[in-house]
Amino acid sequence: MLAKRIIPCLDVDNGRVVKGVQFVEIRDAGDPVEVARRYDKEGADEITFLDITASSDNRDTIVHVVEQVASEVFIPLTVGGGIREVDDVRRMLNAGADKVAINTAAVFNPEFVREASERFGSQCIVVAIDAKQVSAEGEPLRWEIFTHGGRKPTGMDAIEWAQKMADYGAGEILLTSMDRDGTKIGFDNALTHAIAAAVSIPVIASGGVGNLDHLVEGVTKGGADAVLAASIFHFAEYSIQEAKQHMAEAGIEVRL
Amino acid sequence: MAQSIVVIDYGMGNLRSVAKAIEHVAAAADEVLVTDDAERIAAADRVVFPGQGAARDCMAAIGEHHLNQAIRQAVASKPFLGICMGLQVLLQRSEENEGTDLLGLFAGQVVRFPHEHRAEDGLPLKVPHMGWNQVRQHEHALWSGIAQDSRFYFVHSYHVVPQDTSLISGETDYGHRFVSAMARDNLFAVQFHPEKSAANGLQLLTNFLHWKP
Repeated sequence: MLAKRIIPCLDVDNGRVVKGVQFVEIRDAGDPVEVARRYDKEGADEITFLDITASSDNRDTIVHVVEQVASEVFIPLTVGGGIREVDDVRRMLNAGADKVAINTAAVFNPEFVREASERFGSQCIVVAIDAKQVSAEGEPLRWEIFTHGGRKPTGMDAIEWAQKMADYGAGEILLTSMDRDGTKIGFDNALTHAIAAAVSIPVIASGGVGNLDHLVEGVTKGGADAVLAASIFHFAEYSIQEAKQHMAEAGIEVRL
Repeated sequence: MAQSIVVIDYGMGNLRSVAKAIEHVAAAADEVLVTDDAERIAAADRVVFPGQGAARDCMAAIGEHHLNQAIRQAVASKPFLGICMGLQVLLQRSEENEGTDLLGLFAGQVVRFPHEHRAEDGLPLKVPHMGWNQVRQHEHALWSGIAQDSRFYFVHSYHVVPQDTSLISGETDYGHRFVSAMARDNLFAVQFHPEKSAANGLQLLTNFLHWKP
């Protein structure tokens, strides 16, 4: 049976891992290659790098990071952040990335998703969706797409947007609840389930993981195909092995 | 003994990952070459044929790079490992892109996973089939040292249906059971990505480099 995936996510700024990674055995916690190697050893099913480098002058640093990681870590690698045109996609894939995550650029130019998936295949195009609940209490649940880290509303319905992106050739959706991101109170499972039921491509749940039960709920309540987390793994609160063991005990199919 | 391994390059997909993984498991003296040069392919000791993307584009790229003959010769003469589209294009015809003629080295079709709902949770069967799934192995040297039902990384929307079931060397369940590996003489071809399948994938690539069919 197909396993549910656990994906650690690393924020990379100017070629360095930020938001602190605390592993005793790691000499340089800021080195993405060393951190990726560690996650691979622990049994991560994929690794996602989010490039948060502000200056476009330093964009090439992520390319080198991907090249290095890809030459010694043999699991799928996804790169997001700053993917704006077909050339960005090509550069990342040539560097050794298996998938790219397109976020803001998809919102401003949906045709880019179509173009990229036709050129490189749906299998490598992930559309990242940042969604926020907009329905008031008592109303039926509704979420909209936000950009700029959840600050700018677009007025677009999250479910309709996910369906549109799937039609445009996205191979996967990375769904982040902006209400939950950073809160550590768990995924927005109602949001995840609404999207997972509406599209026939895999959905990765993201935003809000604070403990291992949250990962389980992302699958059992949210219907996610994969769960993504950053801080619980970075600060060595839990290892990926522990996370998988916990999911397996809850009856979820995982790669052990 | 040092050997030369060619990864056939026709502009379709992540060849770098395939070459890196092979370099990782190859002996220091081995030569790993990524090329579309027919003479180099003919001269190689072993050939790896990867591929990603749509069937029509893959077939067009094989045509543009004039690789049709080189691939046929390699399949007929030396250890040959097909990966993902490098498995699918060996068959006759794919449903993809409103129907695409393939190389036709083996009788059979390439079909899409059905549109259906999964029994366990009632959600749609997600296509592409993406992630780590188990392979029920049929006895073969390339599975050596890999536990039965081990997981490999898959990402694909179509799968092969060979007419001759004696070609089947691995099967996987997703919605229904499908053929995830095929073998015949000096050919082995897999739907999953050994170059992205961690230790099991590297073991399979190691086995390929030592294989004496």
